[in-house]
Amino acid sequence: MDVKSNQFIALSSIAIGNAEMQKAVTKGTHNAYVKRQAAMFVDGHEHGEALRQQAAEAKRRALRHLPDLLEQAEAQMQANGIHVLWAADSAEANRQVLDIVRRHSVKKVAKSKSMVTEETGLNHALEAAGIDVVETDLGEYIIQLNHEPPSHIIAPVIHRTKEEIRDIFIEKLNMPPTDDAATMVAFARQKLRDVFLTAEMGISGGNFIIAETGTLCMVTNEGNGRLCTTLPPVHVALVGIEKVIENVADYATLTQVLPRSGTGQNMTVYTNMIHGPRRPGDDDGPEHVYVILVDNGRSRIYATQYAEVLSCIRCGACQNACPVYRSTGGHAYGWVYGGPIGAVLTPLLVGLDKATPLPNASSLCGSCKQVCPVDIDLPRMLLELRHDIVQQGYTERTWNAGMKAWALGSSSPRLFEAGGALARIGRNLAGEQLPGILGNWTKSRDFPSFAAKPFRQLWRERQARRNGKPS
Amino acid sequence: MTLPARQSPQGRRVSFFVTCIMDMIYPDTGMAVVDVLEHLGLTVDFPAAQTCCGQPGFNAGYRGEAKQVARQFLRAFQDAEVIVTASGSCAAMVRHEYPALFADDPQWAAVARRIAASTWELTEFIVEGLGMTDLNLRLPQRQTFAFHDACHGLRLLGLGGAARTLVENIDNAVVVDLPECDVCCGFGGLFSVKMPEVSSAMLAKKLQFIEASAAETIITGDVSCLTQMNGGLARQQSKKRVCHVAEVLAQGLKGQQDGR
Repeated sequence: MDVKSNQFIALSSIAIGNAEMQKAVTKGTHNAYVKRQAAMFVDGHEHGEALRQQAAEAKRRALRHLPDLLEQAEAQMQANGIHVLWAADSAEANRQVLDIVRRHSVKKVAKSKSMVTEETGLNHALEAAGIDVVETDLGEYIIQLNHEPPSHIIAPVIHRTKEEIRDIFIEKLNMPPTDDAATMVAFARQKLRDVFLTAEMGISGGNFIIAETGTLCMVTNEGNGRLCTTLPPVHVALVGIEKVIENVADYATLTQVLPRSGTGQNMTVYTNMIHGPRRPGDDDGPEHVYVILVDNGRSRIYATQYAEVLSCIRCGACQNACPVYRSTGGHAYGWVYGGPIGAVLTPLLVGLDKATPLPNASSLCGSCKQVCPVDIDLPRMLLELRHDIVQQGYTERTWNAGMKAWALGSSSPRLFEAGGALARIGRNLAGEQLPGILGNWTKSRDFPSFAAKPFRQLWRERQARRNGKPS
Repeated sequence: MTLPARQSPQGRRVSFFVTCIMDMIYPDTGMAVVDVLEHLGLTVDFPAAQTCCGQPGFNAGYRGEAKQVARQFLRAFQDAEVIVTASGSCAAMVRHEYPALFADDPQWAAVARRIAASTWELTEFIVEGLGMTDLNLRLPQRQTFAFHDACHGLRLLGLGGAARTLVENIDNAVVVDLPECDVCCGFGGLFSVKMPEVSSAMLAKKLQFIEASAAETIITGDVSCLTQMNGGLARQQSKKRVCHVAEVLAQGLKGQQDGR
């Protein structure tokens, strides 16, 4: 996928001006946020917090042992009859999928939702090779019809209102006009049913891989994931290498926080634990199962102070909680991941030079950390990335000079007071609109006058009065 | 990250850190803080060498510059027993960041740790530090308030209850809920000028809730967030106003004097 993250400011302005998108994102994130609060703390605040910490510990432990766990997972999956492949980057992952496509003479692919395939741009690679690939998650199906990328990790079409989706169905699929959501869903279901029945290959992602048992775990609500992974004769799962966890007990913990944080459900409608291809005597299941373990920059992150971000279980809770995301939606972030996780992950995966504005696309309010089911300190990472931006010279010279001046002026009380007096004069001369970068403030907000006397002067006068001396 | 443990501030001399914005733009609020602390029988001093905590530079990624400014803070407050500031954000900067910022600095590491452990935000200082919840205050007239929880105080210091408790115990003060009171107002320091459209979009949502509120006055604990919200309210010629919790407490002092 092309990286447009350096255009964040322009893209976010467009998003803020898009009234339909504002309506849809405000409603979608609000509902998810409220449902998450209710589900996470259904057994009390203490229990919910304890669950979060337990989940965080499970993922941290998995990360600490990641190299060993990956080898264990590979061996176990192979023992279960799964073909395991390793992809260093997007190109390799896509090439491996295309190899499998050719090996099994696949013409049509039924695809279940997967963020890592958004990273690799798999659909484009398949389409370029003449393969018919259909997204079967309802939200993904809609945006595929509309030729746009997902704007949210678990609610890919959160940026569209029901009315817009209706119009997409009418325009692209000749749906008989209706405003009834259930009728629209039933219409899409009919279209997708054909895909499941005729596809020669199903492609999915994966939420976890249990190293102990070699199990690929996948949670879905629509059942499309189960159809994609059971009906077609070939199933290929692309999974980020950070998705490996130690054991079934950890899965029991993590599978509680993922749906609670993502959709506010205690459990998703479907929980798939895939151990391998159809065995003799099985009624259904694919004949071939491939798991492609995708690195695509993750092992590079693993070696840095940002390794903790690889704990992310892709629940989208930080997106729902983030006031910036709520205002801009996900597309403004210019790549696969929007919101706080995107502001951290994008520069780390694609390079700080290609996503320089993102670490600053945050008021550092801390909501993301508060809701994260695995307690990733995203605000801390944003601060560290901002430091990297300065150190690596991606800042403008005027900012560098301004900060030097600020530091100098704030290193001595005399200079500080003189600077304050100058600022007061400047502010009074400026009138309603402030000059330079401060003009960005007064575009939408008034700026107060500076006080005639700063506190430190009032204090000196007060002390003088108290001591009986003239001020 | 866990906050440094600290001792009870009972009976100690209080050094007031006014913060740069309160110093230059809201000195009367600074005086209100001093009045409240003195009302509680405390001795307050104002170390004259103080400037800024360094947060603007730190949050922008300019660690070297931030450290330069923070060092001035350490110089100014190195003899302080207890530091009180009326900003959750600046208190969080000192308490969360100073120990790590100076960890490799042999001259200042110990001072930074000690200062981080003895710095308090005003309302937590009164409620948790001094154990006082009712300051025996009274407003001249009945007034309705709602709270906006400034983010850093709420999430980095775990404030939230303290300011509400103090205001709810003022005679004539009525406190009502503000929906989404824990959602950021969009200030975010330099974020407000680096990404003005996003900052203003966040503010617009906050202002809708404020306008719809039954409260005439919204109370918050940081003058920076207050500047953002009042800037927006003034621009749309609203009758509503955001004020700092110290102003309300100080008004209560006046009401108490008038009432006797």
